[in-house]
Amino acid sequence: MGGHSDIVLIDENGLRVDGRKVDELRPIKIEAGVLKNADGSAYLEWGNNIVLAAVYGPREAHPRHVQNSNKAIIQARYNMAAFSVGERKRPGPDRRSIEISKIISEALEAVTMTELFPRATIDVYMEVLQANAGTRCAAITAASVAMADAGIPMKGLVTGCAAGKAGDKVILDLGQEEDNFGQADVPLAIVPRTGEIVLLQMDGHLTEEEFDKAFKMATEAAVNVVYPLQVAALKKKYMESLEDVEDEIINDDPGNSMEVTSGGEVIPENTTDMTQGGDE
Amino acid sequence: MSDSNSREILIPGDLLSETSEFKAGIGTFRENGRIYAAQVGIKSIRGNYINVVPLAGKYIPKAGDMVIGKIIDIGPSNWLVDINCPYPAPLHVNDVPWRVDFGDTAKYLNVGNNILVKVLKVDETKRIQLTLKEQGLRRLTSGRIIEISHSKVPRVIGKSGSMISMLKNYTNTRMFVGQNGRIWIDGEPEDIQLAVEAINMIEKEAHLLGLTEKVKEFLESKKKEKIES
Repeated sequence: MGGHSDIVLIDENGLRVDGRKVDELRPIKIEAGVLKNADGSAYLEWGNNIVLAAVYGPREAHPRHVQNSNKAIIQARYNMAAFSVGERKRPGPDRRSIEISKIISEALEAVTMTELFPRATIDVYMEVLQANAGTRCAAITAASVAMADAGIPMKGLVTGCAAGKAGDKVILDLGQEEDNFGQADVPLAIVPRTGEIVLLQMDGHLTEEEFDKAFKMATEAAVNVVYPLQVAALKKKYMESLEDVEDEIINDDPGNSMEVTSGGEVIPENTTDMTQGGDE
Repeated sequence: MSDSNSREILIPGDLLSETSEFKAGIGTFRENGRIYAAQVGIKSIRGNYINVVPLAGKYIPKAGDMVIGKIIDIGPSNWLVDINCPYPAPLHVNDVPWRVDFGDTAKYLNVGNNILVKVLKVDETKRIQLTLKEQGLRRLTSGRIIEISHSKVPRVIGKSGSMISMLKNYTNTRMFVGQNGRIWIDGEPEDIQLAVEAINMIEKEAHLLGLTEKVKEFLESKKKEKIES
């Protein structure tokens, strides 16, 4: 916003600078469980944005005074790498990243069942490796996949998406030029299961009608396009070893396959039954 | 939501039941009369409870759990034990089978010692109390301890202990699986190694059907190799 330029953001055919239609998202790729040392993690590419999210916890909160004896606290940290933008970004937290960390913590807290882990902390780290407008939406989308991957009880995933106005038109998912030289940007995060909005900001100016249109565009894209990708990423991670075995069954001689599939002792009888390992 | 115990992987927020015939169990929550999954896991119905068997997550202690802990700090009348959970777990001198004088704690258990210990009590704010005052609970002086994800502990134990007794028989080792995902194995070094390999296999393929059979095959083939060589 604010910048002025002769750039044509929307051409006579209604296409944007990167060739997208006004209601088209950039390509998105999500992968869950990419880091070994974190309890949960996710890698996300959203157009030219690249975000890596890692979750630790629940673990003991330090120092003691930050602990809450009724629920877990969520400490999210959004950080942009020095090499994430064209001109080197001065490393370390600045006014902008502190703000984004705070709002993402609050958005994630809205869905997390924090009351299950009193005095603990859940640490969420989001590293923006490459930035190209819309990193906070990308970061929260990755963070919620990483949280689910860490096995943290949540009332639903959180999905981010932005809409705005550039070239006098309401558009979905602003790119770099549209963000810099456009008229408004509305990033938001939604819980697709309930439709609850957990993050909503606006930069620039929109009329009420334009806002409603942008809001509808962003929520619909989040729920119908981005959310299924999050779900697919998580399912893929946990299905992977299952597929390994299916391959083996196919490669085995057919007589053997019945035996392999006819087990059934994976899920324990009940929780009390499995408490005792017993030595010898 | 197809059949009652499908292998479908659930995501937080997935709908499990719309009727009131079930109660919300582990890894689930109820909202507006409906039950949803709260964790990544597999659906399982026990009685009239719907549970989600989690595929990930940290160990949260509960009273009665047998766990393997490591002494990380010593106080004049207590030890601090790391039991692989988000909370500090103190073991008080009153909860050990020895008479320990004030300040003499280090004579009995020192930093770095591993113990087989039971969770005596966990209160609402997750304050933990451990005990060593029960048969079988002791300091672990020999053998090896490995760590797996706590959500895979039931798989290592198997249905009413089938998996673990098979592991013990085939590898000729002594073994204890703590609820916190730590496993103590004692025996000849090569037997321990074989047991570790088998457990790694279980951890990797934990949510598959016919796991016991596969592990059995693996152990049998290893045994044959040993005899042949």
